[in-house]
Amino acid sequence: MSKEMVNPRNAYGETLVELGKKHSNLVVLDADLSKSTKTIMFAKKYPERFFEMGIAEANMISAAAGLASCGKIPFVSTFAVFATGRVYDQIRMDVAYSNANVKIFATHGGISVGKDGASHQMIEDLALMRVLPNMTVFAPSDATQTKKIVQLMAETKGPMYARVGRADAPLIYKTEDLKDMKIGRGLTVKDGDDISIIACGTMVNHVLDAREKLLKDGISARIIDMHTIKPIDTDLIIKCAKETGAILTAEEHSVIGGLGSAVAEILAEKGLTCRFKRLGVNDIFCESGAPADLFEKYKLNAKHIVKTTSALLEQ
Amino acid sequence: MGNRADFYTNYFYIKKHSGVCFHLLINGWGGTLKPYDEEVIKKLDIIAVKIRRHVIEMLYRAKSGHPGGSLSAVDAIVALYFHHMNDNPKKPEDPDRDRFILSKGHAAPTLYAVLAECGYFDVKELKRLREINSILQGHPVSFHIPGVEASTGSLGHGLSFANGIALAGKADKKKYNVYVMLGDGETDEGQIWEAAAVASHYRLDNLTALLDRNFLQIDGNTEDVLRLESVYDRWSSFGWHVREIDGHDIDQILDALQMADDHKNQPTMIILNTVKGKGVSFMENNVDFHGVPPNEMEYKLAMSEFDMLLRKLEEAS
Repeated sequence: MSKEMVNPRNAYGETLVELGKKHSNLVVLDADLSKSTKTIMFAKKYPERFFEMGIAEANMISAAAGLASCGKIPFVSTFAVFATGRVYDQIRMDVAYSNANVKIFATHGGISVGKDGASHQMIEDLALMRVLPNMTVFAPSDATQTKKIVQLMAETKGPMYARVGRADAPLIYKTEDLKDMKIGRGLTVKDGDDISIIACGTMVNHVLDAREKLLKDGISARIIDMHTIKPIDTDLIIKCAKETGAILTAEEHSVIGGLGSAVAEILAEKGLTCRFKRLGVNDIFCESGAPADLFEKYKLNAKHIVKTTSALLEQ
Repeated sequence: MGNRADFYTNYFYIKKHSGVCFHLLINGWGGTLKPYDEEVIKKLDIIAVKIRRHVIEMLYRAKSGHPGGSLSAVDAIVALYFHHMNDNPKKPEDPDRDRFILSKGHAAPTLYAVLAECGYFDVKELKRLREINSILQGHPVSFHIPGVEASTGSLGHGLSFANGIALAGKADKKKYNVYVMLGDGETDEGQIWEAAAVASHYRLDNLTALLDRNFLQIDGNTEDVLRLESVYDRWSSFGWHVREIDGHDIDQILDALQMADDHKNQPTMIILNTVKGKGVSFMENNVDFHGVPPNEMEYKLAMSEFDMLLRKLEEAS
């Protein structure tokens, strides 16, 4: 595994520029955060197709739906907290209900936003977007996958939401690894027999680190990168439950409503008996702090993933 | 009840008929000064009565819906679809079409009746408003009602949606215009002012908003619920070109629409001074008919009023 650090936000900006060349109807909207979301790269290259909408997110979402109704492929970006909760009704009516071809790409998702504090740490976005009919929901795990997902979003019709974190992240994939990646089909990153750890977004790296540590204790963990939260890969979850008999989910999100809930719903409805635990933010607002300190305090780092896994397997 | 609304109605009546209009004096007429063909006006007036008839029939049949704001909106929507707009019911997806967004989605019956009479779908569908398995949902839905551009019903979205259409039109150098009707109560919503700022910033002169200024919202008079005046100054200060007209006078509506299309570098707001419940005597300026359909007696009474009015209009033509 390569440990080269690349920021997924940069990957987003660069991919937009590439796609802009290919799709003359691709347009980008931002709400005064283009330097942070990296849509500024697109703005510089294609100023006539970039719309600065000011700090007015509600209008931005509905306007994107209007653009989509004229055959545009609008990518809308801001921080995850403003891209979902703040504009839930606009997304519900103008994007999801209307089945509009609007692509919401949020950055600064999760608690790794760090020092800005809980006001900016979005831990409910996957839940909010997942509950909307018609909506596809992604949480890419590294820069390479971000690029792939942005391409899939541009080239697949329908309302879509994706979120990445603020921080640089180690590269997990090379471009050719994801050549055949499909929406709604999770990736088995590492094989293993004792437990399946199903993770999404930033947590995939942490569970990969935890896997190395678990191996030393003689535990072989299968690592699933569930980049699409909705539609969830039901077949893969069933397969993991049957083959490993234990599932741990890991997400930089509330344990309520996100990836863990989606997996739990499948396990319960399919009547699969399987040891199961959700790792995430435990129904609490976090606080300001360095990302590493937050991950330690709120038990999301590799050390805690190891602990949680061992405890689950001892049950 | 409705005394305050009566006051404003009278105020605008006086303003209209005395020939003294404050904003007119300040801003000049600026219109075409060419009166529209009387036959055209008469034709549209007759269509407006027929649309009102549909609306009341639909609401009576559905036993739910919003008569007051549907009736006040009729004349402007009729003027748009039956005369002013460049649209073709046979080509509802034409990329060059003019668009109309009903941001005050609760006036859906009016939009549906107009679309059906224009030929976007069968008039028979109107009988199935709000019924199970009907295409005609309680509020407009874009993806399965032919001719409906945007899904509305949650207030405050339509102007933003229209911004998107106008931005696309500018980007593609299209000649189409986009028209959006807002309720006056609807402009309580903060999103409206986000959209007002953005439309002005981007100089969206291909965008025209029409404000159904009927002075009533569910909890009462707009000025008691959450003061809106001066509506003219608000929009003007946001950088909009503003016109204020009688929203039931087809001649004035057509003239204002043409002027809005001709106006460059600014979006236009046409304040339509209207009467909630217009066309049915006992519904006029009566906020109780905001969201309550007519009962059988009221239905029959309304129908007889429409019949009388139609006869009068048809005799005159």
